[in-house]
Amino acid sequence: MHNVGIITRRELASYFATPLAYVFILIFLVLANAFTFYLGGFYERGQADLTPFFTFQPWLYLFLIPAISMKLWAEERKSGSIELLMTQPVKLWDAVLGKFLAAWIFTALALGLTFPLWLTVNYLGSPDNGAILAAYLGSLLLAAGFLAIGSCMSALTRNQVVAFILGVVVCFAFLLAGFPLVLDLFRSWAPQPLVEAIASLSFLTHFESIVKGVIDVRDLLYFAMLTGFFLLATAVTLELRKDL
Amino acid sequence: MIKTEHLTKHYGALKAVDDVSFQVVPGEVLGFLGPNGAGKTTTMRMLAGFVAPSSGSASICGHDIASDALAAKTALGYLPEGAPSYGEMTVRRFLDFIADLRGLEGARRSARLDHVIGNLHLSPVLGQTIDTLSKGFRRRVGLAQAIVHDPPVLILDEPTDGLDPNQKHEVRTLINDMARDKIIVISTHTLEEVDAVCTRAIIISRGRIVADDTPAGLAARSRYHNAVSMQLAEPGQLELARAAVAALPAVARVEVSEREARVTALPQPGAMIFAAVSELAASTGLKLKELHLEAGRLDEVFRTITA
Repeated sequence: MHNVGIITRRELASYFATPLAYVFILIFLVLANAFTFYLGGFYERGQADLTPFFTFQPWLYLFLIPAISMKLWAEERKSGSIELLMTQPVKLWDAVLGKFLAAWIFTALALGLTFPLWLTVNYLGSPDNGAILAAYLGSLLLAAGFLAIGSCMSALTRNQVVAFILGVVVCFAFLLAGFPLVLDLFRSWAPQPLVEAIASLSFLTHFESIVKGVIDVRDLLYFAMLTGFFLLATAVTLELRKDL
Repeated sequence: MIKTEHLTKHYGALKAVDDVSFQVVPGEVLGFLGPNGAGKTTTMRMLAGFVAPSSGSASICGHDIASDALAAKTALGYLPEGAPSYGEMTVRRFLDFIADLRGLEGARRSARLDHVIGNLHLSPVLGQTIDTLSKGFRRRVGLAQAIVHDPPVLILDEPTDGLDPNQKHEVRTLINDMARDKIIVISTHTLEEVDAVCTRAIIISRGRIVADDTPAGLAARSRYHNAVSMQLAEPGQLELARAAVAALPAVARVEVSEREARVTALPQPGAMIFAAVSELAASTGLKLKELHLEAGRLDEVFRTITA
């Protein structure tokens, strides 16, 4: 576990060593607010809550999270530093986890910087702060799932653009797993239980129930297992082929 | 000790490393030679635990690289080919990071960091990001990273590539200083390096070991081993010298370089001809600039073996 911390700290510092972190946070905040006020009709709704903000979160993450995760492993492969890292006395799992945690903490930081929205609704009325907290938690879990998928896609290639596109596509599939766009692909040939299983994998369904303020253990478990699965897949991919 | 047994690596149909077995004991500096693509880097990567062998096994200080990988990596300092590192980090932070991963703590940590920074002359660039460094400095940062934990085994893939002659000399001195109590394996293209630092050389070609010998032993395989070379003060005497030397019974062949005014006599196998040639030069009245006995030419041996 000691090594996880060392790797997480290095990764986090590397985000802020280039303008990338600042550009990302800026764009994230601008888009999050634009969605909330223009598309979400924050004022027009006349309700003191953050529903407009959280409704658009998955769509914002769809493009911004793969932009963070694309470099996780592809960059190491490209620069060759993966050879340096993998020949240190570090468990592969420690490296996978350390890098994921750094990306997650960074996302949490960007998400945390949306706090003026929370201050605003509290100034305008008296919202259910418990529900808002739950929604922030849901948003963090959603980000973890997206990041784990992105980490796995990044481990597959040495090209960051490929990692980004794969990340967006796979995240999109998971996002809409419960919707006809994805389900129709399976309905014609797959047995009904399989279609239902795929539908139950949808990010949106699980995310929306948390955002409503209902923290169900099944939803938490869903995100935990999904994240765990894709981190494991990252480790397996790396183990199979370190010298891509 | 490093031990490999029948180490083999396939990439699809390509056999990058084919049944390589050798042992290296403390005090030895093993030079790994071979043309590009011969399998040097793949072999080193397998030893360092970066590439898994297709078959065969290897161990570092008794720790198997597959079943006991962490212990093997702990005993090892490794400089990957091209000395990759994290370009956005400063040299100081990068070395701190490696020291952390290597579990260095307290007084020993600062002593080791000071030691490598001093020995590799990194003080002037500590605050610079690695991206902004010259090739020579990057290579030295890579070396510092490999030796910071004072490992008993060092594997260095082209440690002097891209360094200028002064820097090469310094790195070789560093390797020689460490050689006494360590096992060192270096790969190189530069044959002079084998003479300068190695106690033993393995030549690898198309994935197979084709020679395993001391540098002197390799040189002795050369046609030029024990050849006598003389440079004439008067180029006009070239033909006279050639004819006289060729008449000696123990001389197998004579080579003449008009540009250098040089005559080189190659002996019959096993014959010593230096005394005969030098007497001949005196008796024929040749005016010499230089006369010397050749130990053998490594580059010629290298070409013969790997062609």
